[in-house]
Amino acid sequence: MSEQITMRIDGQVCTAKEGQTIIEVAQANGRYIPSLCHMPGLSADGCCRLCLVEVTGLNRLLPACTTPVRNGMSVVTDSERLNQNRLMALELLFSERNHICAVCVSNGHCELQGLAQQLGLTHIHFTYNYPKLPVDVSHPRFVLDHNRCILCARCVRVCDEVEGAHVWDIAGRGINSMLVSDLQRPWGESQSCTSCGKCVQVCPTGALVEKGHAVEEMTKRNAVVTQLAIKRGTHP
Amino acid sequence: MRTITIDPVSRIEGHAKISIHLDADGHVADTVFHVTQLRGFEKFAEGRPFYEMPAITARICGICPVSHLLASVKACDAIMSVRIPPAAAKLRELLHCAQIVQSHALSFFHLSSPDLLLGFDSDPAKRNVLGVIEAFPDLARDGIALRKFGQQAIEGLAKERVHPSWTVPGGVNAPLDPAVRDRIRAGLPQAKEIALRTIAFFKGVVDQFKEEIANFGNTHTMHAGLVDAEGNVQFYDGNVRFIDAEGKVVVDRMESADYSRYIGEAALPYSYLKAPFFKPRGFPEGIYRVGPLGRMNVATRCGTPAADAEFAEYHQRYGKVVHSSFHFHYARLIELLYGVERMEALLEDESILDRHVRAHAGVNALEGVGIIEAPRGTLIHHYKVNEEGAITWANLIVATGNNNLAIGRSVDQVAKHFIHGKKIKEGMLNRVAAVVRAYDPCLSCSTHAADQYPLEINLVDADGTRLQTLRS
Repeated sequence: MSEQITMRIDGQVCTAKEGQTIIEVAQANGRYIPSLCHMPGLSADGCCRLCLVEVTGLNRLLPACTTPVRNGMSVVTDSERLNQNRLMALELLFSERNHICAVCVSNGHCELQGLAQQLGLTHIHFTYNYPKLPVDVSHPRFVLDHNRCILCARCVRVCDEVEGAHVWDIAGRGINSMLVSDLQRPWGESQSCTSCGKCVQVCPTGALVEKGHAVEEMTKRNAVVTQLAIKRGTHP
Repeated sequence: MRTITIDPVSRIEGHAKISIHLDADGHVADTVFHVTQLRGFEKFAEGRPFYEMPAITARICGICPVSHLLASVKACDAIMSVRIPPAAAKLRELLHCAQIVQSHALSFFHLSSPDLLLGFDSDPAKRNVLGVIEAFPDLARDGIALRKFGQQAIEGLAKERVHPSWTVPGGVNAPLDPAVRDRIRAGLPQAKEIALRTIAFFKGVVDQFKEEIANFGNTHTMHAGLVDAEGNVQFYDGNVRFIDAEGKVVVDRMESADYSRYIGEAALPYSYLKAPFFKPRGFPEGIYRVGPLGRMNVATRCGTPAADAEFAEYHQRYGKVVHSSFHFHYARLIELLYGVERMEALLEDESILDRHVRAHAGVNALEGVGIIEAPRGTLIHHYKVNEEGAITWANLIVATGNNNLAIGRSVDQVAKHFIHGKKIKEGMLNRVAAVVRAYDPCLSCSTHAADQYPLEINLVDADGTRLQTLRS
């Protein structure tokens, strides 16, 4: 049986179980920490760097989704330094690929766009990368638009951990990383894809979408997909 | 040889420049109308799913995005091979009429009326919409009210005034709310009153512009525009009719998919804007005009009572085929009235409230063409897709493009008539800009965006020395 511990989040005393992550404890105690890759019901990945928090006694920032809580830990989730870091992380995401909200099917229903609005992002200070990226429309029902992918790997995890198909992976390294299906085959030719659509539902942006939706029409029901895993307690 | 350069004329969706070459005596030898910006929509749309095209191509313009939306959704309907629900077709036409009303109101009242009311040679500092408000407050109020009516109708229908996402391949994404219908209807009587009052006013002053009428692109060209089976003018649907300069119908009811049999596109070495021409007559003999002048020339009638009366008087005054591009203004006002009347008729029809407004389908044809009449003229969207629905090729012939050759010819005529000598007066420059503005390419909005139009004339000597610079 896991041990009960006590910690502070933004000064508020919280009780938690050993093994829980900072973001889980924060959410259980009504403290909001922004994130794009974290999703209840899926394993933690720590790749979007939006959930970085300050831990007293440590100079570097730690991702709240992968850092387990410790007894006596004191965490700050909201500060000027954190805000600057989060804005920078968002700006890097926006500048890396082609996020053109105005013509995106997910416009108005996008977690990346929503977070930018929420954090007050008004300008991108980095030079846009404008990569020439393909759009995979080979699947009969779904579309993968690499231009809008932020490599959060939610799709990789939900397909592997919930559906059990493991269609998706991230290939390449650094800025050349790309989401691939079935070892670089077009999605429509994938042998392992069950066309369940879970990856589409959990994708925070317009990268994975259903075919045929015009601009602003793509809405997602991501919480539904992982509910069963959460209820059964089978999620990692 | 000296060269005068008007740069920038800002543009229709971009920037333009006019070069006027003078001979040794200071007479105009030649003029060139350059469009200097490449936008590349046709290229960067490649690879996108076809149903994203309406939103992407709508960004070509902020004044008449509805035109691109509608041409695009029609091309997408063709790719899906669907017949959209009747209520959706009516709603699209209603939206389009609202746009024609607001865009024509903008062109006439905000952009062109300063020239027409205050005079081409009047003080440039006051020759703008604010000057009109000062000198003709009632007329200015009418203009603002009419544009507001059109914009609010668009907002009511499509939820957004600029770049709405309501029109989708297969129809529209929400039926008409009866409350919105009633709100638009409530504004119609005032809109109609203003349209009638403005035409009456214009008819009273038009004869003062005899010199401009005679020299503003007063030229014999073919004309083109959409008409229905009875020859009534059409904005949203119908087929293109071409007539020659004498009014003889050369092509009647061209099928959309056949456009490339009749319309060729010439690339000009001095311009990024291609020059469409009527293919059977070749280039540049196949020059034709579109927009209000073209539509009022090709149509047999408008199809609504008040506009038909004005249509008859217009042709009585200026003949079966009206040749002067100055009369774009007059034709535009008749269309404005027709737009309001057509909105009336559409909103009286209860079936417009039908809840079935969208057809769904995937890719059923690998090619689709959509043609509508944008406020500025015939607009063609042509897409090719692969079996999975990705755009493999796109061709857009924008309304202003159709008039490219005609604008060039009109600039030449105006320059040759009004510009003489080594000293250039501001009024000369303004007339060159005004003839471009008569076509209402998106140029006119940028040339009047501030209270001065961003034009510059450089008078350059044969050896390249700048003799005189005139900025307005």
